[in-house]
Amino acid sequence: MTGARVTAAVPKATSEATSEATPKATAISHAPGVAFILKKALISALVALVLFSLMIGVRTEAGPTGQLTYWTRFDDLAIIVGAVFGGSIVVELLRQWWGPVGTIRVVPSSVQRSLAVARRAIAPVLLIFTFLVPVIFYDQRYILDLGILVLTYVMLGWGLNVVVGLAGLLDLGYVAFYAVGAYSYALLATNFGLSFWICLPLAGILAALWGVMLGFPVLRLRGDYLAIVTLAFGEIIRLVIINWQSLTGGPNGVSGIPRPTLFGIPLTPGDDGLAAKLGIEFSPTHRIVFLFYLILALALLTNWVTIRLRRLPIGRAWEALREDEVACRALGINITTTKLTAFATGAMFGGFAGAFFATRQGFISPESFTFQESALVLAIVVLGGMGSQLGVALAALAMIGGFELFRGFEQYRMLVFGLAMVLLMIWRPRGLIGHRAPTVFLQHSQAISSDLVKEGHG
Amino acid sequence: MDYFAQQLINGIVLGSIYGLIAIGYTMVYGIVGMINFAHGDIFMIGGFIALISFLILVSIGLTVVPVILLIVLLVSMAITALYGWTVERIAYRPLRHSFRLAPMLSAIGMSFVLTNYSQVAQGARVKPVPPIITGGYTLADQNGFVVRLSNAQIIVVITTIVLLAIFTWLVAKTRLGRDMRACEQDQTMAALLGVDVDRTISMTFVIGAALAAVAGMMYLLYYGLVDFFMGFVAGIKAFTAAVLGGIGSLPGAMLGGLAIGLIETLWSAYFSVEYKDVAAFSILIIVLIFLPTGLLGRPEVEKV
Repeated sequence: MTGARVTAAVPKATSEATSEATPKATAISHAPGVAFILKKALISALVALVLFSLMIGVRTEAGPTGQLTYWTRFDDLAIIVGAVFGGSIVVELLRQWWGPVGTIRVVPSSVQRSLAVARRAIAPVLLIFTFLVPVIFYDQRYILDLGILVLTYVMLGWGLNVVVGLAGLLDLGYVAFYAVGAYSYALLATNFGLSFWICLPLAGILAALWGVMLGFPVLRLRGDYLAIVTLAFGEIIRLVIINWQSLTGGPNGVSGIPRPTLFGIPLTPGDDGLAAKLGIEFSPTHRIVFLFYLILALALLTNWVTIRLRRLPIGRAWEALREDEVACRALGINITTTKLTAFATGAMFGGFAGAFFATRQGFISPESFTFQESALVLAIVVLGGMGSQLGVALAALAMIGGFELFRGFEQYRMLVFGLAMVLLMIWRPRGLIGHRAPTVFLQHSQAISSDLVKEGHG
Repeated sequence: MDYFAQQLINGIVLGSIYGLIAIGYTMVYGIVGMINFAHGDIFMIGGFIALISFLILVSIGLTVVPVILLIVLLVSMAITALYGWTVERIAYRPLRHSFRLAPMLSAIGMSFVLTNYSQVAQGARVKPVPPIITGGYTLADQNGFVVRLSNAQIIVVITTIVLLAIFTWLVAKTRLGRDMRACEQDQTMAALLGVDVDRTISMTFVIGAALAAVAGMMYLLYYGLVDFFMGFVAGIKAFTAAVLGGIGSLPGAMLGGLAIGLIETLWSAYFSVEYKDVAAFSILIIVLIFLPTGLLGRPEVEKV
């Protein structure tokens, strides 16, 4: 029935479009008529009907005896197909309303100036606000925990930014270094009783070592191949952690990881605790606040080191490598050391973050180090504009905050995350804050086809 | 020796499934130059659709097994092919001229969408089916150790061979195949000479998805279960197969699939089952480092 309607609509649509276009061609030359929109929506709905017919329309489940049973959900199917039909019409109308995109809109210089001021102000304001968060929200444990989580991802994002954003090496296995750092601290602390402050640099060094070990074999690879090898590397680390039960505890993980101390002074209610030494009443919030400032300090260290490194020859070499590897080699830049330092530096920060994660949780298991984590950190870097420190921080805030909105609907979280990633790539492939800001502004709008702007294959 | 023969049979069957998935990777990489990260999930969707259509057919009282299999095959190929088309249309086509990493990231996003979509739609638990094809042949029976070749295994291998033959003919002899080869060499030139590049790329995804659907159905027949997460690991292994065989080469994909299937089965049989995925992933890394063009691939010349 629906199929017949579509075939009937096709000649009608074309004839209407031509009869409409010929008399007033100048007025609505690029605006297709109602019939076109309806036809498009109908096709979308039909595609959706076929796609979802079995997957949504029929629900299977293993019964108590192991026998598979199924029941139908045609009402859900109808709702979704209807939504696709309506959504397709809305999208098409919006597209016409906005008109063809593709020309650069020239922003008035006054607006640009004020935007530049705002942009310069946002980083200090954000930093001061972050410092004040434990003071303002002292009683709200939930916000403090969320703040620690966001800062952890800011740090991971800044760490991965060195590899992906600066050196242009697409790393899909970053979570491996996070895992190495976390397990280094957990195992060293539980087996040898080493303190957090000794283990933190050790975790960083071990992770950097693994970064070099990954970096060496993949020196010659580029682009997609590099991405898939790093992905395989991340999975190998996770599988080894799961299966090497005698060392890592396997899927059960490591528990009883010691909490951090303030340079030897534990944050406990006992007599030698920090509260007793300072002569104030003990509160469990002290530890949370301490953790907050600890991760803030680590994140700022990452940021500071990255900013400094960018001014050094090695940082310049990373950025040159990102733009064009062949030209780099021709100019005498040592590709091997450049790539390896990028991997090692990024991995080291991942290791620091991992050690912090372990001490904060007190328990780690391989489940925390899946590919989804890598993809999340990568999405933060890409959303932040690949190379922009502020952008990464804002992206981490947006992403983790967005995840919190889905607290009640865990199963839809990754679905929406994936969809957001696709849409982001289509609309803003350069991220929210593009790093390669133009130094010369055009006075006139000028359309440049993307075909003419070819990217170097780094 | 008998143990080895049995593992050889198992490995070839598993390798056929990997090979079918790998063809989708190798074709898309050959034409568009991107890793279709969501392809493993397309395979998973194919398995689910085969499962559901099988359930429906059985419950309406159809009992002739060959007819059921044929209908399930056609239905899952058709619907999964539409999934492949839709994924390309939504997530990849708008990014055809975007920057280098964009299609890759979009593909990862699409992979998450498909995985979690089937989790939401069909639940997280593993879906078992009773064995559809029973029976088989005993090839050798010595000292109580039996080498068996089941009918399901025969069907998997025969279907793979038939599809591969059809497919090789399609690429070598038909107009569509010629268009595909033309797009692989030079898209701009092909477009100038009247090849509809968009349509050809769409068709590549459609064919790849249809073959992945067959692989999904074979997986269902052979292992008797599907779950929403099986696409990820199978996808990486199939990609390994495509790389091992030489990306862009069809016989290479099949050869690589067989090699990966055999290595995985023999590794599980003689070393450890726990580390079989580690072995497969290590092979990917080793091959890319020492043999980046694969067994049957052409060397890629680096241009400035």
